[in-house]
Amino acid sequence: MNKKKVLSSGELYRKYGIVIIMIILFIASAIINHNFLKPQNLVNILKQISVVTIIACGETMLIVAGMIDLSAGFLCTTSACVAAGVLASTGHLSLALLAGIVIGCVCGWINGFLITYYKLQPFIATLAMTYVLKGIVQLYTNGQTIGGVEKARFLGHGSICGIPIPVILMLLSVLVIAIVMKTTKFGTCIYAIGGNEQATIASGINTNRMKRLIFTLSGTLTGFAGVVLMARLMAGMPSVGEGYEFDAITAVIVGGTSFLGGTGTVTGALIGSIIVGLINNILNLLHVSTQYQLIVKGLLIAIAVIIDIKTKENKKSK
Amino acid sequence: MEKETIVELQNIRKEFPGVVALDNVNMKIRASEVHALVGENGAGKSTLMKSLSGTYSNYGGAVICRGEEIHMKCEKDAFQYGISIIAQELNYVPELSIAENLFLGREPKRGKIFVNKAERLKETQRLLDEMGLDYDPKEKMGNLNVAQRQMIEILKSLSRDSRVIIMDEPTSALTSKESEILFGKVNELKQKGVAFVFISHRLEEVFELCDSYTVLRDGKWIASGDIKDVDTDKLIAMMVGRDIKDIYPPIPEVGKEIRLEIKNLGRTDVFHKVSFQVHKGEIFGLAGMVGAGRSEIVETLFGLARANEGEIVLDGTPIRIRSVKDAIENGIAMVTEDRRSYGFVGVRSISDNIILPNGGLFAKGGLWDKKKVQMEVEKICKRLSVKAPDANTLVGNLSGGNQQKVVLAKWLVRNIKLLILDEPTRGIDVGAKQEIYSLITEFAKQGLAIILISSDMPEVLSMSHRVGVVGGGRRLGVLERNEISQNKIMKMIVETKDSE
Repeated sequence: MNKKKVLSSGELYRKYGIVIIMIILFIASAIINHNFLKPQNLVNILKQISVVTIIACGETMLIVAGMIDLSAGFLCTTSACVAAGVLASTGHLSLALLAGIVIGCVCGWINGFLITYYKLQPFIATLAMTYVLKGIVQLYTNGQTIGGVEKARFLGHGSICGIPIPVILMLLSVLVIAIVMKTTKFGTCIYAIGGNEQATIASGINTNRMKRLIFTLSGTLTGFAGVVLMARLMAGMPSVGEGYEFDAITAVIVGGTSFLGGTGTVTGALIGSIIVGLINNILNLLHVSTQYQLIVKGLLIAIAVIIDIKTKENKKSK
Repeated sequence: MEKETIVELQNIRKEFPGVVALDNVNMKIRASEVHALVGENGAGKSTLMKSLSGTYSNYGGAVICRGEEIHMKCEKDAFQYGISIIAQELNYVPELSIAENLFLGREPKRGKIFVNKAERLKETQRLLDEMGLDYDPKEKMGNLNVAQRQMIEILKSLSRDSRVIIMDEPTSALTSKESEILFGKVNELKQKGVAFVFISHRLEEVFELCDSYTVLRDGKWIASGDIKDVDTDKLIAMMVGRDIKDIYPPIPEVGKEIRLEIKNLGRTDVFHKVSFQVHKGEIFGLAGMVGAGRSEIVETLFGLARANEGEIVLDGTPIRIRSVKDAIENGIAMVTEDRRSYGFVGVRSISDNIILPNGGLFAKGGLWDKKKVQMEVEKICKRLSVKAPDANTLVGNLSGGNQQKVVLAKWLVRNIKLLILDEPTRGIDVGAKQEIYSLITEFAKQGLAIILISSDMPEVLSMSHRVGVVGGGRRLGVLERNEISQNKIMKMIVETKDSE
């Protein structure tokens, strides 16, 4: 019994099919537009997807466990604004970082609590959270952009060995969550809960506790993403972040994670995110208007899910 | 006298990517006959019947209905030729009532738009009465138990005036009383000219009910004929392609020490004052009607539900079980009745399923010890002879017998004291059953105490040292080895029921 070596065709697609699509897109983009391959452009693509990909890490865990977080977008905004506020008033980047992360952590836990204690559907609990956070952001910022965060410049725009810090943070998040999901007991529980919650309970696992943990961890990541967002914008903007939850979910789905739960990887979400980034980038380079970009994005989601269903069908009929 | 052939299947061939599921299968379904379709799991029975009932439309060969070749593209076409199937996995909407489910998609109308609810209720009531069932037509389908739902499903195809009714394992969840009602109805309809195809693992039912048979093995047609010309051994030999003298192994000697003692255990409104003991190395059978409280009693032992009176003593120490975790920590494991819902996570690998409840054994500081996992999983799979390409195979892709072995493996990889088996061989083919039986005896030899719940009477009779009989969930009588007989058990079920 050799691990990893033998894969069924469905799994093979899940693992590598999406990479092939990414490579094809990459080559096609390079042929279509000569500006595409410029290092500056490629680095830009990664920078643009960094915040959403960090959110997608948390969203992957939730979707694999059969849940979802709709509040991630505004949670990211809230955390960005609060971090900006803290940084502007105290002048300490570490305090700002802490504040942003703690907000994410607490809101994530509340989501998890509502879902496990009062048995709210994740969709509903996080929808409620979305509105609450939207209100809080408006109250906190008065609808104004919070500036004076010069100290966050390195975090948002610095680089190490030519790699921008946000990209490094994104890759780090993906790596950590990939390890968590693959090699820890907690990770196995995430997959098991999404695959068959009853069987997981019957295996002696406190699934409610696990679900709270998943939400807390996901919220923490979102809070962290918020701080990165603030650093990238060099401000706390109450209007930026809305819709990030759907961008993150798109990345997760395009990356081959099944909405039915039980399967999917965070590396897939990263690749999904890159695919979305590539498409946006090439459409931008070709001066295609945003309206068309949105249509392409919508079609992309539908196609990804159709492929997902088709590969499953093939597997079933065997 | 030759009866009229309603449907004839000629050289049916069905391929799935990489697999030939059916290879030139022939079968004649005649009016006023119950035709048994038998074979091990994966022999192609369900595939054949799905080809006949319109679920699969692209197959080779021909379906001849009353001398005319027919081609069905969907289930609805099949209904029009009077062919209906009662699938193994029931199709119903849990949130809708019995009446709504029964007439789903063909509701009686008032005008041309509105559903005539009164008519629907009346018609449902009539059908229920005719079948001798005392269910409320307004009851939600989801509130019924498996057996009751099965009866409604049968009612549905009867109400369609079907000429050929295919029943795929219809009795696997029925009590003997309900099976009797079903068989009565089948015989009655047979007299009226309806043809039945009966798929069942329970050969005694085949001999009780059927007139003719067809045996499939590995997608190939093996034999057809009249039931009166064969016996159980012959049929099994054709199914498995080898002789099986006795599928039950001899059970080992019982140890002297008491492993589990249950004193006056009770759960409000479910069961009361249940007391029994299980020794080391003993297989304690639990018999009784489905829904009589057998599963409920062991669920409290495994922490899936809580008892509110009585005492559980394990190896001389009283223990409290408030959750599955408590049970596991005390060395109690359970193979649940509903494998698919509680037993395993189908979309995950064999390895993942086995390590899931064994964090304490395989994980250090929350991280899996990869080497140990690989070694132990390989070892346990070998010991239980789980047949799979490797430990990364998804459990959902395994056969029923191998799935059950994975469920066993996830508990036996650790040291347990008490193993509870709730219907461990349901829906498993003869060959795999035999393997499970020899595993059970092996566990008993190693000193495990085993509680075996089963609706399969020969299984309980042959595999238990002692049998506890639950009637109405209220009382439990215990039969010693030399007292065990089918009649005694049945009598106790009836008696305890009467004394309620």
